[in-house]
Amino acid sequence: MSIRVSRRNFLKLSATGVATSSMAMLGFAPEPAMASIRYFKLTAAKVTRNTCTYCSVGCGMLIYSRGDNSINTVEDIYHIEGDPDHPVSRGSLCPRGAGALDFVKSESRLSHPSVREPGSNEWKRISWNEALDRIARHLKDDRDKNFVTRDQHGHLVNHWTTTGFLAASATSNETAYLTQKIARSLGVVVMDNQARV
Amino acid sequence: MAGLAPTYGRGAMTNSWTDIRNANLILSMGGNSAEAHPVGFRWVIEAKEKNNAKLISIDPRFTRTGAVADYHASIRTGTDIVWLGGLINYLLTTDQINHEYVKAYTDVAIIVKEDFDFHDGLFSGYKQDDIRAYDKSSWSYEFDENGMVKEDPTLQHPRCVYQLMRKHYSRYTIEKVESVCGMPRDQVQKVWDMIAETAAENKTMTILYALGWTQHSVGAQMIRAGSMVQLLLGNIGMLGGGVNALRGHSNIQGLTDLGLLSNQLPGYIRLPSHEEQDFDGYIERRAKQPLRPGQVSYWKYFKRFHVSLMKSWYGDAATAENNWCYDWLPKLTEPLYDVMHTLERMHNGEITGYLAQGFNFLASFPNKNKNVEALSKLKFLVVMDPLDIETTEFWKNHGEYNDVDSSKIQTEVFRLPTTCFAEENGAIVNSCRWLQWHWRAAPPPGEARPDVAIMAGIFHRLQQMYRDEGGAFPDPILNLTWPYSNPEEPNPEDIAQEYNGRALADLPSADGKTITHKKGDLLDDFGYLTDDGRTACGCWIYSGAWTRAGNMMDRRDNSDPYNVGITLGWAWAWPLNRRILYNRASARPDGTSWAPEKRLIWWNGERWAGPDIPDFPWTSPPEAGASPFILNQEGVAHFFGGSMMAEGPFPEHYEPFESPLDYNPMHPDNPAAKNNPAARIFVKDREQLGTSKDFPYAATTYRITEHFHFWTTHARLNAIAQPEKFVEIGEDLAGELGIKAGDTVKVTSKRGFIRAIAVVTKRIHKLQVEGRTVHQIGIPIHWGFKGVARKGFLTNTLTPVVGDANTQTPEFKSFLVNVEKV
Repeated sequence: MSIRVSRRNFLKLSATGVATSSMAMLGFAPEPAMASIRYFKLTAAKVTRNTCTYCSVGCGMLIYSRGDNSINTVEDIYHIEGDPDHPVSRGSLCPRGAGALDFVKSESRLSHPSVREPGSNEWKRISWNEALDRIARHLKDDRDKNFVTRDQHGHLVNHWTTTGFLAASATSNETAYLTQKIARSLGVVVMDNQARV
Repeated sequence: MAGLAPTYGRGAMTNSWTDIRNANLILSMGGNSAEAHPVGFRWVIEAKEKNNAKLISIDPRFTRTGAVADYHASIRTGTDIVWLGGLINYLLTTDQINHEYVKAYTDVAIIVKEDFDFHDGLFSGYKQDDIRAYDKSSWSYEFDENGMVKEDPTLQHPRCVYQLMRKHYSRYTIEKVESVCGMPRDQVQKVWDMIAETAAENKTMTILYALGWTQHSVGAQMIRAGSMVQLLLGNIGMLGGGVNALRGHSNIQGLTDLGLLSNQLPGYIRLPSHEEQDFDGYIERRAKQPLRPGQVSYWKYFKRFHVSLMKSWYGDAATAENNWCYDWLPKLTEPLYDVMHTLERMHNGEITGYLAQGFNFLASFPNKNKNVEALSKLKFLVVMDPLDIETTEFWKNHGEYNDVDSSKIQTEVFRLPTTCFAEENGAIVNSCRWLQWHWRAAPPPGEARPDVAIMAGIFHRLQQMYRDEGGAFPDPILNLTWPYSNPEEPNPEDIAQEYNGRALADLPSADGKTITHKKGDLLDDFGYLTDDGRTACGCWIYSGAWTRAGNMMDRRDNSDPYNVGITLGWAWAWPLNRRILYNRASARPDGTSWAPEKRLIWWNGERWAGPDIPDFPWTSPPEAGASPFILNQEGVAHFFGGSMMAEGPFPEHYEPFESPLDYNPMHPDNPAAKNNPAARIFVKDREQLGTSKDFPYAATTYRITEHFHFWTTHARLNAIAQPEKFVEIGEDLAGELGIKAGDTVKVTSKRGFIRAIAVVTKRIHKLQVEGRTVHQIGIPIHWGFKGVARKGFLTNTLTPVVGDANTQTPEFKSFLVNVEKV
């Protein structure tokens, strides 16, 4: 008689009260005997709910990553799949969404600020502080120089038309709202997003 | 969107993805959702399988949608208004309309001003060809002594909307449709007959469209024409009905709702024009009062929305005395500072700096070569993006794909890495207005930061400089509210609560006996907003998204108790969690449903009830006579667009700016009416238009299912699935030109050329148009000179710089090219 018993079932059997040792003596040794269970990649993953970043169907996504927020762990996304509970997508993803992991982990992802100086043929890595200081200086100088209090009709307009802003239709509402709030406080009217394309 | 709001009141997809399953007929026109929105398209298949629905596909190409359609017909690109105008004429002359619906819920009875006219392709009030604009004063109604519109319920008055519409579309005969659209008459008739059947009270058609309608110089009017068809058939506000704008990017609806457009503030509040110097006048013009007795006209509360926004931004600095900081708002001297306008100014050296947040500008707007020249004239460019996109390297020589001399380009370019969707919390709004919350799964690569941290970093530096140095008008900058627990990187949770809104004082109930909200409480919904500074709300239509009960956007109950595809417990939809807009129209005027299988909301004797949240005052009984389109001043939907559209109150066909025809077949003798007479085109861009003599083929651009714009050429899997740029050429034309599948071809327009691999196909065939043969070719927009896919030319090298007269959406769908074998 040969009975195949997995480790899990073996432990279940054991829990019924029969001593493990006597089970083993009867030839019920698990295969592979006493080895650890097969490691499933997703078993210990953290699952995070998200929404596909591509089109406007808004399919539900489940993102699987390593790292449980404990100290010294490196969080890393390694799998994305459709959310079966989502009432629109019901677990599906299209060819774009199914490749979303390759977008998140694309070799084209930027990892540090850079500048290309006028006339140069290359990028130069700079710190966030340098980047933001220089950008803010440019903005301030242009705004102070070209801010329009009254337009050619003599109307009070308080606007700034020589620097423009393009917002992104794939950013969150919160990014969009904060961008809108800041831009208008500066008097920006040259503003758009991908609503047109 | 600019076609929907002037018709129904709101510029948004009327129904939902899941509601498509309730349709009896699906018209896919101006879109190819099987390719572009494959998972949403599953609901079309569900309708076919479970509701015995039919699918019609009208497209210049035989697409993946066409492949599973019950009927496909090819149309010449840019002629949809002729086809839809012909359909309107057919429905009216054969009287296949929902009479009770049309009479009760539309403007057919309203009488239009006597001096309104249409003659030889132009509406009354056209200024001149060089100004390209109308004086719209005649595009209005006749009013009685109480300021209400005059009506003729018998519809016999020669100037009632019904009679004017009949007259206008009487020119759109089936012979014209056949000749202009290049669609054989029997095909046209077959499709029209299928559509006309949905005038029945128990049948609905839904229309699915996308950029195939919007990206034309008459795009918004194509949408208007489709919207009018749906009103005649009684298909708006209905289960399985609607005009469904299938939007592109994942949060394009949100960005539009939040007003990230030159002339908008959050919640469809328009920025003042320079002429609006007076605050009260600004409010009065927008606080639209009812034009028929007993109507809701919800914009009458405009001041509440506006004042609450200003309180949200400027806090205690915004007071009644300073008109809630009205002078701090920038005013528009130009009607629109859209991208093409900006590109022209940049090209003229009038722009100093440009900041692009996740926007591949170089690849996205027409005439890539002009874009490179324009960007080269900037002093500085800032690109915030998760990816290393083409725009950041416009200055770098990428061979023939971007042939520039870096040493001659003096623009200082900053490239700032941002997080992507998987690395941040927040809400995005899908096409059917659902605000869905998402969570951060992992940190971004390297030093990448969330956009809010970058924006905050720039803003705080500016604030400090204005404090230290002074400068131009610092008041709005120094007084901007910043109520965020982490000022350096504002939490999305805090920002979401800000756009939901709060009470700034205790708010008493209507009877004054209780307090509905204590000072500091999050508001339940926009019904509690006040116009006296006691509430702050950053986006009134989003009020209700994060209330005292918590974050409504992260709800996850997918139950559908009535089994009609409405899941009110899943996420949250604006406005007020309503899932199908204008749903009062799903019931007859007496409050009963049009048909048992189309029950959506109904009057139960005390209030409106049903599976959806009523898009209507809950307790307003049918006999009170309020009509379903509660944003419109008349309460009814508009066949007559009044002054809301740039080119006229009724959609009229104009040829694309580059057309294989040298005249408009609807107005062959009036050159001023050849192209959209109200569309803006700059002098240099007009000189860059080609003629059919030099560029004989009609081209249209499109997207493919494996790629998303220019992002997925950076994603390995997608690059493997579709590695290389191609163009689609019909067998007839390929035969004439000696092109075989796999050959490299050169496609040229007046503005430049691209090279790509030829796909020779039966999917595009020649059309007979005005007695001659027209060949069309298809060009996907994807591929560029960055990323992991094979390098390719940017398609916008070919496209003309002209757009829709209302939205300035570029005419990417119709232009002229020549094709040669290389």
